[in-house]
Amino acid sequence: MPESILSAKHLDLWYGENHALKDVSLDIPANRITALIGPSGCGKSTFLRTLNRMNDLIPNVKITGSLTYRGEEIYAPGQDVTALRKNIGMVFQKPNPFPMSIYDNVAYGPRTHGIRSRIKLDRIVEESLRGAAIWDEVKDRLKKPALGLSGGQQQRLCIARALAVKPDVLLMDESTSALDPISTSKIEELALELKQNYTIVIVTHNMQQAVRISDCTAFFLLGELIEFGNTEKMFSQPAEERTEAYITGRFG
Amino acid sequence: MRTRFDEQLDRLHQELILMGALCEQAIARSARALHKGDLALARSVPELSAQIAQKEREIEGMCLKLLLQQQPVATDLRTISSALKMITDMNRIGDNSADIAEIIVRTNLAGVDEAGQVHDMAQAVIRMVTDSVDAFVRSDVPLARQVIRDDDVVDACFNNVKKSLLLRLRSAEPDVDYALDLLMVVKYLERIGDHAVNVANWVLYAITGVREKVS
Repeated sequence: MPESILSAKHLDLWYGENHALKDVSLDIPANRITALIGPSGCGKSTFLRTLNRMNDLIPNVKITGSLTYRGEEIYAPGQDVTALRKNIGMVFQKPNPFPMSIYDNVAYGPRTHGIRSRIKLDRIVEESLRGAAIWDEVKDRLKKPALGLSGGQQQRLCIARALAVKPDVLLMDESTSALDPISTSKIEELALELKQNYTIVIVTHNMQQAVRISDCTAFFLLGELIEFGNTEKMFSQPAEERTEAYITGRFG
Repeated sequence: MRTRFDEQLDRLHQELILMGALCEQAIARSARALHKGDLALARSVPELSAQIAQKEREIEGMCLKLLLQQQPVATDLRTISSALKMITDMNRIGDNSADIAEIIVRTNLAGVDEAGQVHDMAQAVIRMVTDSVDAFVRSDVPLARQVIRDDDVVDACFNNVKKSLLLRLRSAEPDVDYALDLLMVVKYLERIGDHAVNVANWVLYAITGVREKVS
């Protein structure tokens, strides 16, 4: 197993009275795809969002325990959240391009981080769109509105937008659940390509997807991490009965 | 699209070709050992048979992984499940070759009078094994059907040798041990032909989706 890049130790999270993550300890390996699975409300999305502090805006959130990115506490006082989110990017369930051109969508992040040079931006836009396997489809209409793209293209554009700020980790929150099978397959192939250079963590309700593309899988239930390990092993010989019951569709 | 799945299927094909080549080698060595009286060659067959068994395990693992990861449907499902069944027959081919080699080593059954007939039979069987795996890899229906027809040739060879052995047994001073040992050898070869037919039937199923009638 390669070195871990994100590491949770005895992580607890409450939304007010609701104890949403219970004593979760989990090491996410670098340059691998880790899938988080479990029934709705099990804490998998909550866990994903803690990784780049997307829960910060929710009132009454309380977090205890340790969560580190490359050895640094993510919730340390004085943590630069913008820098953290530059390194740990996110792609959401529904494609959410900005209402601007394809080019400007991708250039948005780099511009925010102070890049003004047209030549540099052109290069970043092309690299990012190529990295997200959508360059050939959009290269002749970069100035056209992003909202004119199909759902699958929009989602790949969102991935390109996430890649444009040169992140280290890509979080994908059910990023294919709103897409048709062909677009889903494109995003999956893309994720498999991207893991050479990025660490990817996905939340998915689609267990077949977890099996197809992930290296490691974490199964959550009622806020607890029930089982974590090699995907192939977990889906052929799960160690825990509750994992078996869930992945075979007996509950959840 | 599904680039990775296609790569995995290509690898499965490659591994089946390798396993097929090992089977051909095992039969060829046994047949040659008998023809030339080469005991050292006969002694090398069990090792090949072990390699074939090992290959079966590896391919089985690949197929199970594909079933798990890709949840294959339609042609993909038939291809992978056929591969799983084929390798069982191919493993038996390795076993049968080792059985022949063992008889040769044990009985000094070498350079026998029927060697020519046995040699022809072995060549026909090897061809069937090669063709059955090729038919799978190339999705070649006519070739798979050819393999099934070729089994008649092998059966005819078997009957010829059997007849000639019967004549020996009816002679004044029959060499009973020799006749029984050689009968075993050709029976194993005939069995290998049947296994190749099974492989060909799975190939047809993979391509057409129709299982041949039970004969």
